[in-house]
Amino acid sequence: MSAVAGTHSQEHHHGPAKGISRWLLTTNHKDIGSMYLMFSFAMFLIGGSMAMVIRAELFQPGLQIVQPEFFNQMTTMHGLIMVFGAVMPAFVGLANWMIPLMIGAPDMALPRMNNWSFWLLPCAFLILVSTLFMEGGAPNFGWTFYAPLSTTYGPPSTTFFIFAIHIMGVSSIMGAINVIATVLNMRAPGMSLMKMPMFVWTWLITAFLLIAVMPVLAGAVTMMLMDINFGTSFFDASGGGDPVLFQHVFWFFGHPEVYIMILPAFGAISHIVPAFSRKRLFGYASMVYATGAIALLSFLVWAHHMFTVGIPLAGELFFMYATLLIAVPTGVKVFNWVSTMFRGSLSFEAPMLFAVAFIILFSIGGFSGLMLAIAPADFQYHDTYFVVAHFHYVLVPGAIFGIFASAYFWLPKWTGHMYDETLAKTHFWLSFVGMNLAFFPMHFLGLAGMPRRIPDYALQFADFNMVSSIGAFMFGATQLLFLFIVVKCVRGGEKAPAKPWDGAEGLEWTVPSPAPYHTFATPPDIK
Amino acid sequence: MRVHAKRAIALVAGLLLPAVVMADWTMNMSPGVTGTSNEIFSLHMTILWICVAIGVVVFGVMFWSIFAHRKSQGHKPANFHENTFVEVLWTAIPLAILVAMAVPATATLIEMYDTTESDIDIKVTGYQWRWQYEYINDDFSYFSSLSTPRAQIENRQEKGENYLLEVDKPLVIPVGKKVRLLLTANDVIHSWWVPEFGIKKDAIPGFINETWTRVDEPGTYRGQCTELCGKDHGFMPVVVEAVPEEEYIAWVAEQKAAAEVERQLTEKDWTLEDLMVRGEKAYASACAACHQPNGAGLPPAFPALKGSPVATGDIAVHIETVVNGVSGTAMQAFGGQLSEVDLAAVITYERNAWGNNTGDMVTPKEIFDYKNKE
Repeated sequence: MSAVAGTHSQEHHHGPAKGISRWLLTTNHKDIGSMYLMFSFAMFLIGGSMAMVIRAELFQPGLQIVQPEFFNQMTTMHGLIMVFGAVMPAFVGLANWMIPLMIGAPDMALPRMNNWSFWLLPCAFLILVSTLFMEGGAPNFGWTFYAPLSTTYGPPSTTFFIFAIHIMGVSSIMGAINVIATVLNMRAPGMSLMKMPMFVWTWLITAFLLIAVMPVLAGAVTMMLMDINFGTSFFDASGGGDPVLFQHVFWFFGHPEVYIMILPAFGAISHIVPAFSRKRLFGYASMVYATGAIALLSFLVWAHHMFTVGIPLAGELFFMYATLLIAVPTGVKVFNWVSTMFRGSLSFEAPMLFAVAFIILFSIGGFSGLMLAIAPADFQYHDTYFVVAHFHYVLVPGAIFGIFASAYFWLPKWTGHMYDETLAKTHFWLSFVGMNLAFFPMHFLGLAGMPRRIPDYALQFADFNMVSSIGAFMFGATQLLFLFIVVKCVRGGEKAPAKPWDGAEGLEWTVPSPAPYHTFATPPDIK
Repeated sequence: MRVHAKRAIALVAGLLLPAVVMADWTMNMSPGVTGTSNEIFSLHMTILWICVAIGVVVFGVMFWSIFAHRKSQGHKPANFHENTFVEVLWTAIPLAILVAMAVPATATLIEMYDTTESDIDIKVTGYQWRWQYEYINDDFSYFSSLSTPRAQIENRQEKGENYLLEVDKPLVIPVGKKVRLLLTANDVIHSWWVPEFGIKKDAIPGFINETWTRVDEPGTYRGQCTELCGKDHGFMPVVVEAVPEEEYIAWVAEQKAAAEVERQLTEKDWTLEDLMVRGEKAYASACAACHQPNGAGLPPAFPALKGSPVATGDIAVHIETVVNGVSGTAMQAFGGQLSEVDLAAVITYERNAWGNNTGDMVTPKEIFDYKNKE
């Protein structure tokens, strides 16, 4: 018992409860963090298997495996599950595990709410996934659920979808409040804001974004609920409503949302690159300001998703200029990471491999983003596979490689064992090749004129679609290897020291590996 | 291990070979055939090369570090972590590049938004899942739907050259004239796109969007709907024929005459057999996408017509449903979409096909009277 109680506490030294109640009732940030991570990986596999269905149907022209109705359900559910089920909870899981350890706090500020925000998620996704088995099928209007396709023309299960989104929103908002309360109140004495680790900074900013925009999403789906069930006409033109209003409200949420999915990854990469370069992060202060600038600008660019809806010329120009501006702080971050590596002493363990791939491939996604920002050119790119390529380049090697890098980086701290480096490198290279094979040809498809969200396509798109499907199958299958590596690492392996990476910095490396159930019951000293 | 690798390569090669043989590895945007599409193409290439140049510099530095500053090579880390001068520099340079990029983009955009002084106006209405083209100045309109046979989509037949990019009646425009398109939709949001013209605009119910094009080369140009609009979103292509002006004028005259003939058909005495023949065609183009060719529908969104209370019950209710639609559902009002003859034919067909044998017949005259009574 005292073995896990650790070096920091005297009185308060109980370990985890036994059995299922440990997980159901836990208020421990490490348990909750683990549950978030496991949940998000399960969702990643479910959402991923839907992507496999999509790519299997698109392997050849013609309808082979699924009908268009089901195809649309797959694209919709794939998007929703990956965004709300895989990427966001994974970062909340990392936040739960790492923020208290990084700022020297004993736990999150609001531990019971923490438990509640996690357990809402499986409920929400149970509802969402159950729509697949309802009469009329699951939501089939795309993850952006534009009205009136999602209202007047939506399947009966839309109401369940709305309820699920509400629950996810509640969960996210509570998670965000918890992060803010923890970061602002529970830092160890001496840790001023400008001494905070980058991951904590990016998460603090992300949490403010969440609180700002999740209620907007809730508003959008509530208006849908009213239109569907209570006879209002928010989005119904024949009742005096406005279908474009939906898009404004949705993207006012949706654009900050994409930064919600990438900022925490920026933070994690800002720990990993210095650790394996054995050199301090270049330009810490400018990193913080750049993150803040990106977050602020994210509220001013939403209509760049809507260049073709017919907004006035002045609006078009404003949103084009504002969007181009985002390239500046994003560029600063990339330049800083590269400068951190420059003249360092580099080694390439799995976290670093994923981090370097992150920087290169995320930048490619950034470049295509810059191209999309040019409004006249966007008239050609909009709603084609070029856009699909763009956002998969920022989300897969961006958010998801960021999560893999973080997982390998902190797994020794979480489990007390080193993961299998050879297998992890195999996981990286297979993911890297598969991912590029899957998504790079999509740029060509889009430029050649293939619209997105179609179950079948003209013959000139056949070749690259086949390449893309092969890459997708490869990427998908590879992720089972990740599951194996993590399970193997949890069950045993070489014992990890408190600080397994010689270049790593931060309070999390001052506690033993695995991190005891309770840490920092007395705050550490910050030099 | 070796053997496995060889087998894997053989498998991948085997899968890819047919693709390589028929290769159409188009990788870039087409410059298109209009002034707008050419300007967009040059913007696209400029920004692409700027991105490539930035990428080469940034990743060049990175690869240099990866190559030269490795721990395994015994490289010792330097100790710098700040430099205000370079940080200001790499904020300012991108800003300057962006301004340089925004200038030509703004000019192109202003031109694209100038829909004044058009020679011809055509109203484009998106329906689930076809387009209606209305020649406002010449008072005729028609629908344009996918003409690729079902058998090709379901792989029972060899796919044709323009698989999924062919329609029964294309939009016809004259070359060298400024054509203004007014876009709207009847049900959900659609988006009208012809890549070679460089125009894409959403067709939104309750809104009228404007865009324009001037095509200089005669030819057939193909595009697709680009906004998810339901199950057949992938099956509503756009085909435009740009023809010399004389040919266009002759075509318009022909269309106007045909529209007149169509109007006179309402007066004709129709037999049940004639209506059934015409009804089957009209049903296939207007109704079958939802209610299915065999009348079984796709419940619950699209109910069956075979044996349904509407199609076998009171005729008045049936007429009302088809003409006015059912609000709050996907059932559109077809009163404005189909001619009296087609409405009568479709209703008659639905009441007698698939074993609905009611023996009822609705004449175009009855539809005409019903519409004017309202």
